[in-house]
Amino acid sequence: MIRVSIAGGSGYAGGELLRLMLGHPAAEVCQVTSERLTGKFVRNVHPNLRGATLLKFCRLDELTPCDVLFLCLPHGESSRRIDDFLRLAPRIVDLGADFRLRDPAAYQRWYGRPHPRPELLERFVHGLPELHRVELRDAELVACAGCNATASLLALRPLWETGLAESAVIEVKVGSSEAGAAVTKGSHHPERSGALRSYKPTGHRHTGEIVQGLATATDAAGGGAEVHFSATAVDMVRGVLATCHVFTSQRLDDKALWRVYRRAYGIEPFVRIVKERSGIHRCPDPKLLAGTNYCDVGFECDPDSNRVVVLSALDNLMKGAAGQAVHAFNVMHEIDERTGLEFDGLHPA
Amino acid sequence: MNTCPVCDAAVRPPDDPVEGELLECPDCGCELEVLSLDPVVLGEAPEAEEDWGE
Repeated sequence: MIRVSIAGGSGYAGGELLRLMLGHPAAEVCQVTSERLTGKFVRNVHPNLRGATLLKFCRLDELTPCDVLFLCLPHGESSRRIDDFLRLAPRIVDLGADFRLRDPAAYQRWYGRPHPRPELLERFVHGLPELHRVELRDAELVACAGCNATASLLALRPLWETGLAESAVIEVKVGSSEAGAAVTKGSHHPERSGALRSYKPTGHRHTGEIVQGLATATDAAGGGAEVHFSATAVDMVRGVLATCHVFTSQRLDDKALWRVYRRAYGIEPFVRIVKERSGIHRCPDPKLLAGTNYCDVGFECDPDSNRVVVLSALDNLMKGAAGQAVHAFNVMHEIDERTGLEFDGLHPA
Repeated sequence: MNTCPVCDAAVRPPDDPVEGELLECPDCGCELEVLSLDPVVLGEAPEAEEDWGE
Protein backbone atom coordinates (compact mmCIF):
# COMPACT_ATOMS: atom_id res chain seq x y z
CA MET A 1 0.00 0.00 0.00
CA ILE A 2 1.11 3.54 -0.75
CA ARG A 3 1.04 5.61 2.45
CA VAL A 4 -0.47 9.03 1.85
CA SER A 5 -1.26 12.01 4.06
CA ILE A 6 -3.25 15.15 3.40
CA ALA A 7 -2.05 18.53 4.62
CA GLY A 8 -5.10 20.75 4.87
CA GLY A 9 -8.03 18.35 4.92
CA SER A 10 -10.87 20.47 6.24
CA GLY A 11 -11.69 22.36 3.03
CA TYR A 12 -13.83 21.18 0.15
CA ALA A 13 -10.94 19.99 -2.05
CA GLY A 14 -9.25 18.30 0.90
CA GLY A 15 -12.49 16.57 1.86
CA GLU A 16 -13.07 15.39 -1.67
CA LEU A 17 -9.52 14.08 -1.85
CA LEU A 18 -9.98 12.27 1.46
CA ARG A 19 -13.18 10.66 0.14
CA LEU A 20 -11.39 9.44 -2.98
CA MET A 21 -8.26 8.20 -1.22
CA LEU A 22 -10.22 6.32 1.46
CA GLY A 23 -11.74 4.30 -1.36
CA HIS A 24 -8.54 3.90 -3.34
CA PRO A 25 -7.44 0.25 -3.30
CA ALA A 26 -3.71 1.04 -3.55
CA ALA A 27 -3.55 3.78 -0.90
CA GLU A 28 -3.69 4.00 2.87
CA VAL A 29 -4.56 7.41 4.32
CA CYS A 30 -2.29 7.89 7.34
CA GLN A 31 -2.90 11.46 8.50
CA VAL A 32 -5.10 14.45 7.69
CA THR A 33 -4.35 17.89 9.09
CA SER A 34 -6.37 20.89 10.17
CA GLU A 35 -4.96 23.49 12.51
CA ARG A 36 -8.45 24.66 13.47
CA LEU A 37 -10.00 21.23 14.01
CA THR A 38 -7.11 19.28 15.56
CA GLY A 39 -8.39 16.29 17.52
CA LYS A 40 -11.81 16.29 15.87
CA PHE A 41 -13.11 13.42 13.76
CA VAL A 42 -13.00 14.29 10.05
CA ARG A 43 -16.71 13.51 9.81
CA ASN A 44 -17.41 16.71 11.75
CA VAL A 45 -16.71 18.75 8.60
CA HIS A 46 -17.12 15.99 6.02
CA PRO A 47 -20.39 14.33 7.09
CA ASN A 48 -20.46 12.27 3.89
CA LEU A 49 -17.55 10.29 5.38
CA ARG A 50 -19.54 9.02 8.37
CA GLY A 51 -18.77 5.35 8.75
CA ALA A 52 -15.96 5.51 6.20
CA THR A 53 -13.19 6.40 8.64
CA LEU A 54 -12.40 7.16 12.25
CA LEU A 55 -9.52 9.47 11.31
CA LYS A 56 -9.08 12.62 13.37
CA PHE A 57 -7.43 15.81 12.22
CA CYS A 58 -3.89 16.45 13.44
CA ARG A 59 -1.63 19.52 13.26
CA LEU A 60 0.81 20.12 10.42
CA ASP A 61 3.75 19.78 12.80
CA GLU A 62 2.49 16.31 13.81
CA LEU A 63 2.84 14.92 10.28
CA THR A 64 5.11 11.89 10.03
CA PRO A 65 6.93 10.60 6.93
CA CYS A 66 4.78 9.06 4.20
CA ASP A 67 5.11 8.06 0.54
CA VAL A 68 2.97 10.81 -0.97
CA LEU A 69 1.93 14.05 0.70
CA PHE A 70 -1.04 15.92 -0.76
CA LEU A 71 -1.22 19.65 -0.06
CA CYS A 72 -4.68 21.28 0.07
CA LEU A 73 -3.64 24.43 1.87
CA PRO A 74 -4.64 28.08 1.62
CA HIS A 75 -2.76 30.06 -1.00
CA GLY A 76 0.81 30.81 0.06
CA GLU A 77 1.07 28.08 2.71
CA SER A 78 2.57 25.42 0.43
CA SER A 79 5.48 27.62 -0.63
CA ARG A 80 5.97 28.90 2.93
CA ARG A 81 6.30 25.39 4.40
CA ILE A 82 7.70 23.52 1.42
CA ASP A 83 11.03 22.65 3.08
CA ASP A 84 9.19 20.86 5.92
CA PHE A 85 7.06 18.97 3.42
CA LEU A 86 10.07 17.92 1.33
CA ARG A 87 11.54 16.30 4.45
CA LEU A 88 8.35 14.29 5.00
CA ALA A 89 7.71 12.73 1.60
CA PRO A 90 9.63 11.90 -1.56
CA ARG A 91 6.59 12.83 -3.66
CA ILE A 92 4.30 15.81 -3.19
CA VAL A 93 1.06 16.64 -5.01
CA ASP A 94 -0.02 20.24 -4.42
CA LEU A 95 -3.65 21.11 -5.20
CA GLY A 96 -2.99 24.81 -4.55
CA ALA A 97 -1.79 27.56 -6.84
CA ASP A 98 1.68 28.22 -5.43
CA PHE A 99 3.70 26.19 -7.91
CA ARG A 100 1.53 26.13 -11.04
CA LEU A 101 3.35 28.83 -12.97
CA ARG A 102 6.87 27.98 -14.08
CA ASP A 103 7.98 31.53 -14.79
CA PRO A 104 8.61 33.72 -11.70
CA ALA A 105 7.76 36.82 -13.76
CA ALA A 106 4.37 35.34 -14.64
CA TYR A 107 3.77 34.65 -10.95
CA GLN A 108 4.63 38.25 -10.12
CA ARG A 109 2.23 39.45 -12.80
CA TRP A 110 -0.75 37.32 -11.84
CA TYR A 111 -0.30 37.12 -8.07
CA GLY A 112 1.05 40.62 -7.54
CA ARG A 113 4.15 39.69 -5.56
CA PRO A 114 7.45 37.89 -6.09
CA HIS A 115 7.38 34.11 -5.73
CA PRO A 116 8.92 33.18 -2.36
CA ARG A 117 10.72 30.10 -3.76
CA PRO A 118 11.30 30.70 -7.47
CA GLU A 119 14.11 28.15 -7.62
CA LEU A 120 11.57 25.36 -7.06
CA LEU A 121 9.14 26.29 -9.83
CA GLU A 122 10.92 24.31 -12.54
CA ARG A 123 10.89 21.16 -10.41
CA PHE A 124 7.11 21.02 -10.33
CA VAL A 125 5.25 19.18 -13.08
CA HIS A 126 1.85 20.60 -14.03
CA GLY A 127 -0.66 17.99 -12.88
CA LEU A 128 -3.01 17.70 -15.85
CA PRO A 129 -2.37 14.15 -17.14
CA GLU A 130 -3.86 14.87 -20.58
CA LEU A 131 -1.06 17.38 -21.13
CA HIS A 132 1.78 16.00 -19.01
CA ARG A 133 1.31 12.25 -18.71
CA VAL A 134 4.91 11.38 -19.61
CA GLU A 135 6.48 13.86 -17.18
CA LEU A 136 4.12 12.80 -14.39
CA ARG A 137 5.35 9.21 -14.42
CA ASP A 138 8.66 10.19 -12.81
CA ALA A 139 7.54 13.39 -11.11
CA GLU A 140 8.47 14.00 -7.50
CA LEU A 141 6.65 17.34 -7.27
CA VAL A 142 3.30 17.97 -8.91
CA ALA A 143 1.21 21.14 -9.05
CA CYS A 144 -2.37 20.37 -10.02
CA ALA A 145 -4.05 22.76 -12.43
CA GLY A 146 -6.72 25.21 -11.32
CA CYS A 147 -10.32 24.28 -12.06
CA ASN A 148 -11.01 27.07 -14.57
CA ALA A 149 -7.62 26.51 -16.21
CA THR A 150 -8.37 22.79 -16.50
CA ALA A 151 -11.70 23.41 -18.23
CA SER A 152 -10.16 26.02 -20.52
CA LEU A 153 -7.02 24.09 -21.40
CA LEU A 154 -8.88 20.89 -22.23
CA ALA A 155 -11.24 22.89 -24.44
CA LEU A 156 -8.58 24.88 -26.26
CA ARG A 157 -5.39 22.87 -26.35
CA PRO A 158 -6.27 20.74 -29.42
CA LEU A 159 -6.91 23.87 -31.51
CA TRP A 160 -3.61 25.39 -30.43
CA GLU A 161 -1.66 22.18 -30.99
CA THR A 162 -2.86 22.00 -34.55
CA GLY A 163 -2.08 25.67 -35.18
CA LEU A 164 -5.71 26.42 -36.07
CA ALA A 165 -6.42 28.93 -33.29
CA GLU A 166 -5.42 32.57 -33.39
CA SER A 167 -7.11 33.87 -30.24
CA ALA A 168 -9.83 32.97 -27.78
CA VAL A 169 -12.29 34.63 -25.44
CA ILE A 170 -13.24 32.37 -22.53
CA GLU A 171 -16.27 32.91 -20.33
CA VAL A 172 -16.61 30.52 -17.39
CA LYS A 173 -19.66 30.07 -15.19
CA VAL A 174 -18.67 28.70 -11.82
CA GLY A 175 -20.38 27.21 -8.79
CA SER A 176 -20.03 28.44 -5.22
CA SER A 177 -17.72 25.65 -3.99
CA GLU A 178 -15.01 27.16 -6.18
CA ALA A 179 -14.70 29.92 -3.59
CA GLY A 180 -13.74 27.39 -0.90
CA ALA A 181 -15.13 26.53 2.50
CA ALA A 182 -14.25 29.81 4.20
CA VAL A 183 -17.17 32.14 4.79
CA THR A 184 -17.12 35.49 2.99
CA LYS A 185 -19.61 38.28 2.36
CA GLY A 186 -20.13 36.85 -1.11
CA SER A 187 -21.00 33.40 0.26
CA HIS A 188 -23.75 34.72 2.53
CA HIS A 189 -26.99 33.04 1.39
CA PRO A 190 -28.94 36.19 0.49
CA GLU A 191 -26.00 37.32 -1.64
CA ARG A 192 -25.10 34.00 -3.25
CA SER A 193 -28.50 32.44 -3.83
CA GLY A 194 -29.76 33.17 -7.33
CA ALA A 195 -26.50 34.93 -8.18
CA LEU A 196 -25.42 35.67 -11.72
CA ARG A 197 -22.47 37.82 -10.75
CA SER A 198 -19.49 38.73 -12.91
CA TYR A 199 -16.77 38.53 -10.30
CA LYS A 200 -13.70 38.72 -12.52
CA PRO A 201 -14.31 40.14 -16.00
CA THR A 202 -10.55 40.56 -16.50
CA GLY A 203 -7.36 39.75 -14.63
CA HIS A 204 -8.29 36.29 -13.28
CA ARG A 205 -5.20 34.47 -12.04
CA HIS A 206 -5.98 31.34 -14.00
CA THR A 207 -5.36 33.31 -17.20
CA GLY A 208 -1.62 32.99 -16.62
CA GLU A 209 -1.94 29.24 -16.29
CA ILE A 210 -4.02 28.98 -19.47
CA VAL A 211 -1.51 31.06 -21.42
CA GLN A 212 1.30 28.90 -20.07
CA GLY A 213 -0.48 25.68 -21.03
CA LEU A 214 -1.26 26.89 -24.53
CA ALA A 215 2.19 28.38 -25.05
CA THR A 216 3.79 24.95 -24.75
CA ALA A 217 1.47 23.81 -27.54
CA THR A 218 2.06 26.84 -29.72
CA ASP A 219 5.83 26.52 -29.40
CA ALA A 220 5.43 23.31 -31.38
CA ALA A 221 2.88 24.70 -33.81
CA GLY A 222 4.57 28.09 -34.22
CA GLY A 223 1.50 30.16 -33.32
CA GLY A 224 0.56 32.63 -30.58
CA ALA A 225 -1.52 32.34 -27.41
CA GLU A 226 -3.80 35.36 -27.18
CA VAL A 227 -6.39 34.47 -24.57
CA HIS A 228 -8.97 36.59 -22.76
CA PHE A 229 -10.78 35.25 -19.70
CA SER A 230 -13.86 36.25 -17.70
CA ALA A 231 -15.59 34.49 -14.82
CA THR A 232 -19.18 34.60 -13.63
CA ALA A 233 -20.56 33.13 -10.40
CA VAL A 234 -23.83 31.27 -10.93
CA ASP A 235 -26.34 29.52 -8.67
CA MET A 236 -24.73 26.10 -8.57
CA VAL A 237 -22.68 24.35 -5.86
CA ARG A 238 -20.31 22.30 -7.99
CA GLY A 239 -19.35 22.84 -11.57
CA VAL A 240 -17.60 24.87 -14.23
CA LEU A 241 -18.88 25.54 -17.72
CA ALA A 242 -16.34 27.21 -20.02
CA THR A 243 -17.69 28.78 -23.20
CA CYS A 244 -14.69 29.50 -25.39
CA HIS A 245 -15.03 31.66 -28.50
CA VAL A 246 -12.05 30.68 -30.61
CA PHE A 247 -11.05 32.68 -33.67
CA THR A 248 -9.33 30.44 -36.17
CA SER A 249 -6.96 31.02 -39.05
CA GLN A 250 -9.34 29.38 -41.51
CA ARG A 251 -13.01 28.53 -41.87
CA LEU A 252 -13.63 25.13 -40.30
CA ASP A 253 -16.51 22.69 -40.35
CA ASP A 254 -17.76 20.26 -37.72
CA LYS A 255 -16.19 17.28 -39.44
CA ALA A 256 -12.75 18.89 -39.25
CA LEU A 257 -13.29 19.63 -35.57
CA TRP A 258 -14.37 16.08 -34.90
CA ARG A 259 -11.07 14.93 -36.38
CA VAL A 260 -9.05 17.38 -34.21
CA TYR A 261 -10.80 16.49 -30.97
CA ARG A 262 -11.00 12.78 -31.67
CA ARG A 263 -7.25 12.72 -32.26
CA ALA A 264 -6.64 14.61 -29.00
CA TYR A 265 -9.03 12.74 -26.73
CA GLY A 266 -10.07 9.53 -28.48
CA ILE A 267 -8.38 7.31 -25.88
CA GLU A 268 -8.40 9.63 -22.87
CA PRO A 269 -10.24 8.00 -19.96
CA PHE A 270 -11.64 11.25 -18.54
CA VAL A 271 -12.28 13.53 -21.52
CA ARG A 272 -15.44 12.86 -23.51
CA ILE A 273 -16.51 14.57 -26.70
CA VAL A 274 -20.13 15.60 -26.20
CA LYS A 275 -21.86 16.80 -29.32
CA GLU A 276 -25.17 15.07 -29.67
CA ARG A 277 -27.49 15.68 -32.58
CA SER A 278 -30.70 15.22 -30.66
CA GLY A 279 -32.18 15.16 -27.20
CA ILE A 280 -31.84 17.72 -24.42
CA HIS A 281 -28.23 16.90 -23.47
CA ARG A 282 -26.51 17.97 -26.69
CA CYS A 283 -23.69 19.97 -25.10
CA PRO A 284 -21.45 19.59 -22.05
CA ASP A 285 -23.36 20.30 -18.83
CA PRO A 286 -21.64 20.41 -15.42
CA LYS A 287 -24.82 19.30 -13.67
CA LEU A 288 -24.35 15.78 -15.05
CA LEU A 289 -20.73 15.64 -13.90
CA ALA A 290 -21.07 16.27 -10.16
CA GLY A 291 -18.81 13.84 -8.33
CA THR A 292 -17.20 12.50 -11.51
CA ASN A 293 -13.72 13.03 -12.88
CA TYR A 294 -14.89 13.69 -16.42
CA CYS A 295 -14.36 16.79 -18.48
CA ASP A 296 -16.91 16.88 -21.29
CA VAL A 297 -15.90 18.89 -24.36
CA GLY A 298 -18.15 19.93 -27.23
CA PHE A 299 -17.90 22.36 -30.13
CA GLU A 300 -19.79 24.07 -32.91
CA CYS A 301 -18.65 26.11 -35.89
CA ASP A 302 -20.17 29.49 -36.62
CA PRO A 303 -21.12 29.10 -40.29
CA ASP A 304 -20.77 32.85 -40.89
CA SER A 305 -17.29 33.50 -39.53
CA ASN A 306 -13.97 32.02 -38.46
CA ARG A 307 -15.34 31.51 -34.95
CA VAL A 308 -15.57 28.15 -33.25
CA VAL A 309 -17.42 27.83 -29.95
CA VAL A 310 -15.86 25.20 -27.72
CA LEU A 311 -17.68 24.20 -24.54
CA SER A 312 -16.20 22.28 -21.65
CA ALA A 313 -17.74 21.22 -18.37
CA LEU A 314 -16.40 19.61 -15.23
CA ASP A 315 -16.82 19.31 -11.47
CA ASN A 316 -14.41 21.86 -10.00
CA LEU A 317 -13.77 19.72 -6.90
CA MET A 318 -13.12 16.59 -8.97
CA LYS A 319 -11.51 17.05 -12.39
CA GLY A 320 -10.70 20.60 -11.29
CA ALA A 321 -8.98 19.57 -8.03
CA ALA A 322 -9.11 16.28 -6.08
CA GLY A 323 -9.99 13.96 -8.97
CA GLN A 324 -7.17 15.41 -11.04
CA ALA A 325 -4.78 14.85 -8.10
CA VAL A 326 -5.82 11.19 -7.83
CA HIS A 327 -5.51 10.79 -11.61
CA ALA A 328 -1.96 12.21 -11.38
CA PHE A 329 -1.26 9.90 -8.42
CA ASN A 330 -2.34 6.91 -10.51
CA VAL A 331 -0.11 7.96 -13.41
CA MET A 332 2.83 8.52 -11.03
CA HIS A 333 2.46 4.98 -9.68
CA GLU A 334 1.58 3.27 -12.97
CA ILE A 335 -1.83 2.29 -11.59
CA ASP A 336 -4.80 1.96 -13.95
CA GLU A 337 -5.75 5.60 -14.45
CA ARG A 338 -9.43 5.08 -13.60
CA THR A 339 -8.69 3.54 -10.20
CA GLY A 340 -10.66 5.29 -7.49
CA LEU A 341 -12.34 7.51 -10.07
CA GLU A 342 -14.91 5.14 -11.55
CA PHE A 343 -18.05 7.07 -10.55
CA ASP A 344 -20.09 7.93 -13.65
CA GLY A 345 -22.37 10.47 -12.04
CA LEU A 346 -26.08 10.71 -11.33
CA HIS A 347 -29.05 11.28 -13.56
CA PRO A 348 -31.20 13.01 -12.70
CA ALA A 349 -28.97 14.99 -10.36
CA MET B 1 -16.95 -0.05 -42.64
CA ASN B 2 -18.63 3.23 -43.60
CA THR B 3 -18.05 6.69 -42.19
CA CYS B 4 -20.55 9.09 -40.71
CA PRO B 5 -21.23 11.96 -43.12
CA VAL B 6 -21.46 14.36 -40.17
CA CYS B 7 -18.49 13.56 -37.93
CA ASP B 8 -16.41 11.08 -39.95
CA ALA B 9 -16.62 8.36 -37.30
CA ALA B 10 -16.36 4.75 -38.44
CA VAL B 11 -19.89 3.31 -38.65
CA ARG B 12 -20.60 -0.33 -39.13
CA PRO B 13 -23.66 -0.76 -41.34
CA PRO B 14 -26.23 -3.43 -40.46
CA ASP B 15 -25.29 -6.98 -41.46
CA ASP B 16 -28.24 -7.34 -43.79
CA PRO B 17 -29.11 -3.77 -44.69
CA VAL B 18 -32.36 -2.62 -46.19
CA GLU B 19 -32.68 0.56 -48.20
CA GLY B 20 -34.13 3.26 -45.97
CA GLU B 21 -33.03 1.51 -42.78
CA LEU B 22 -32.08 3.87 -39.97
CA LEU B 23 -29.10 3.61 -37.66
CA GLU B 24 -27.33 5.91 -35.24
CA CYS B 25 -23.73 7.18 -35.34
CA PRO B 26 -21.96 6.00 -32.17
CA ASP B 27 -20.00 9.28 -31.84
CA CYS B 28 -22.27 12.20 -32.71
CA GLY B 29 -25.61 10.44 -32.40
CA CYS B 30 -26.70 11.51 -35.88
CA GLU B 31 -29.51 9.41 -37.29
CA LEU B 32 -28.29 7.86 -40.52
CA GLU B 33 -30.19 6.28 -43.36
CA VAL B 34 -29.08 3.53 -45.71
CA LEU B 35 -29.38 5.33 -49.07
CA SER B 36 -28.24 2.50 -51.32
CA LEU B 37 -27.12 -1.11 -50.97
CA ASP B 38 -24.41 -1.91 -53.48
CA PRO B 39 -22.26 -0.43 -52.21
CA VAL B 40 -23.83 0.58 -48.90
CA VAL B 41 -24.07 4.38 -48.78
CA LEU B 42 -25.12 6.19 -45.62
CA GLY B 43 -26.63 9.65 -45.50
CA GLU B 44 -28.11 11.91 -42.87
CA ALA B 45 -31.68 10.93 -42.16
CA PRO B 46 -34.18 13.77 -42.36
CA GLU B 47 -34.74 15.15 -38.89
CA ALA B 48 -37.83 16.65 -37.33
CA GLU B 49 -36.82 20.17 -36.27
CA GLU B 50 -37.18 21.07 -32.63
CA ASP B 51 -37.97 24.58 -31.48
CA TRP B 52 -35.26 25.54 -29.01
CA GLY B 53 -36.81 28.87 -28.16
CA GLU B 54 -35.44 30.67 -31.18
